[in-house]
Amino acid sequence: MRVVIAEDLFLLRDGLIRMLEAHGFEVAAAVDTGAGLLAAVDEHRPDAAVVDVRLPPTFTDEGLRAALEARRRVPGLPVLVLSQYVEQIYARELLADGSGGVGYLLKDRVFDSAQFADALRRVAGGGTAMDPEVISRLLARNADDSDLGGLSPREREVLELMAEGRSNAAIAQRMVITERAVAKHTSSIFTKLALQPSDDDNRRVLAVLAYLGR
Amino acid sequence: MTGNTAAPGKAIAPRQRGSWIGARLLGSVHGLAFVGLALAEAGLILALALELSFAIFVYPLLFIPPTLLAVRRLASVVRRLSGEWCGVPIPEPYRPFREPSPRAGTWRRFGQASGQLITEPATWRDLLWMTLDPLLIWLLPAIPVTIAGWGLFGVLMPAYWDPIVQAGGNNWYAFIPVTNWLTALLSVPLGLAFIALGLWLVPYFLRWYGQAARSMLAPTKQVALEQQVVHLSETRAEVVDTGAAEIRRIERDLHDGAQARLVAMGMTLSAAEQVIDDNPAAARALLLEARDSSAKALTELRDLVRGIHPPVLADRGIGEAVRALAMDTGRNIQVTNELPGRPPAPVESAAYFAVSELLANVSKHAGASHVWIDMRYERGMLRIDVGDDGQGGADPSQGTGLRGIERRLSAFDGILALSSPPGGPTVATLELPCELSSPKTSSF
Repeated sequence: MRVVIAEDLFLLRDGLIRMLEAHGFEVAAAVDTGAGLLAAVDEHRPDAAVVDVRLPPTFTDEGLRAALEARRRVPGLPVLVLSQYVEQIYARELLADGSGGVGYLLKDRVFDSAQFADALRRVAGGGTAMDPEVISRLLARNADDSDLGGLSPREREVLELMAEGRSNAAIAQRMVITERAVAKHTSSIFTKLALQPSDDDNRRVLAVLAYLGR
Repeated sequence: MTGNTAAPGKAIAPRQRGSWIGARLLGSVHGLAFVGLALAEAGLILALALELSFAIFVYPLLFIPPTLLAVRRLASVVRRLSGEWCGVPIPEPYRPFREPSPRAGTWRRFGQASGQLITEPATWRDLLWMTLDPLLIWLLPAIPVTIAGWGLFGVLMPAYWDPIVQAGGNNWYAFIPVTNWLTALLSVPLGLAFIALGLWLVPYFLRWYGQAARSMLAPTKQVALEQQVVHLSETRAEVVDTGAAEIRRIERDLHDGAQARLVAMGMTLSAAEQVIDDNPAAARALLLEARDSSAKALTELRDLVRGIHPPVLADRGIGEAVRALAMDTGRNIQVTNELPGRPPAPVESAAYFAVSELLANVSKHAGASHVWIDMRYERGMLRIDVGDDGQGGADPSQGTGLRGIERRLSAFDGILALSSPPGGPTVATLELPCELSSPKTSSF
């Protein structure tokens, strides 16, 4: 699997390259600016891009805007955005086109390299990987929300794990229930959020969007 | 009256409301009230004149300071009314009053207070104003009211023209000699015209009156400068204090948080180094522990930075940052952003933390179901409204939160106004003078 990395800190960029190569990824290019990312995406057409939010020259949300622009140019390009902070407002912008293949993780998550590689593979496969911190802040705010009020606590928990990007098998293992039970919960979630039956991956993304949206 | 609290000498103009005719009728009432004020002023001047003429008996002089104090109070009433009724707010021109020592005797205290009153230049300007004002009131606010009253006399003419003529009165209404029913009825439309004219003139005359009052009652340029110096040194001291307190807090947070975690991490790592050959399993456990420590240190640093300068604020500016803030509260808050550009970073930061505090207040007290935030740029001011439909009755003198916001804003000559009638809605408005920079254009 070929990836492009955009990260301006040399140490982190170097670490990411070594880690991803150790997990069997091929790093096609590693750049340090948003413009560089766009050029690299154009040139290499990677399977996924790993992008830091804060990049030169502005050191603001340059990387995020470059990632969004890259997805406009190459629709469906899987992008995993890394940041020192996770903000709901950015999570929404990433998910806004509803096509999936989006990840948004704290830089801390690279500590667990196996999990990080796993998240990147999920994103490259068209799934989502939202940082648990985004999810927990959403949970805090949606505690008394009416829109998702129709969901049972169990279903909320499933949706939460789904938003992090976990598969049914992983959710089953985490919640200590059978995979069949998870499947029952997810289909009940889809019904309650009025999501038309279609390809399962896409519905998962839409469910997460419903969760993050509004 | 609205429950506005603003820094002295500044006010956020209340929005115009009510109908054309209603506003003007109210204006006429205000004009009449000014006439009442003229009587009080004339009375005070007369009292002062009497006290001075009997100065030979010495003891009437004792009444002069209390009279001067009354003059000051009355002048302050005129200042307030000029702002509320005439739309011309007038700041106080007086130097700060130095409280006489409480240990001094009654006479001494009286002497000190009187001394301050007499040496205050604004007192003498007040006195001059008070001598002229009764005349001015008859010239300005009273004229349109008189015209309207004269109109009313004409409109009601059919009711009483006959007795007047019977009594042999020379009954001219303006240019109409009213001697029979026809002329009495003719005076009705003329009277209506006078009423309309009078009402139309009311706001202009009130405004002119307010401007005349300001020319005498407002601080002179020198006093205004003195007041500004006092204000600046106060706000500077507050800014320095809060800045120092903030740095102390950051230092403590770093010391107890991230720094301590890094120390622990180093110790764990060296412990792992020692056992790695003999006991790889234990070393692995220690390494995991070190990793957890570093994750915790990162979390703490993140929270700290969020409190100093929120990332979205740095990235996107006040508009998006407030939107993110509204999202984080977990309520459905309607955010309207009409800012054409970005204010300077320090102003943005002050506004952001003020809004953050206001939102915290809303969720603590208001019991509101609908909350809205409006951001605009008007006449060189960043203006943000935070409103809710809660129970209202917020009192700025209670609680330190609003005071803290005022302090933060005052460093930028910004102000906070709160309107919170019992039963709501509550609207807090903050205004910060600033320049906007043009929005950053995307580099892609």
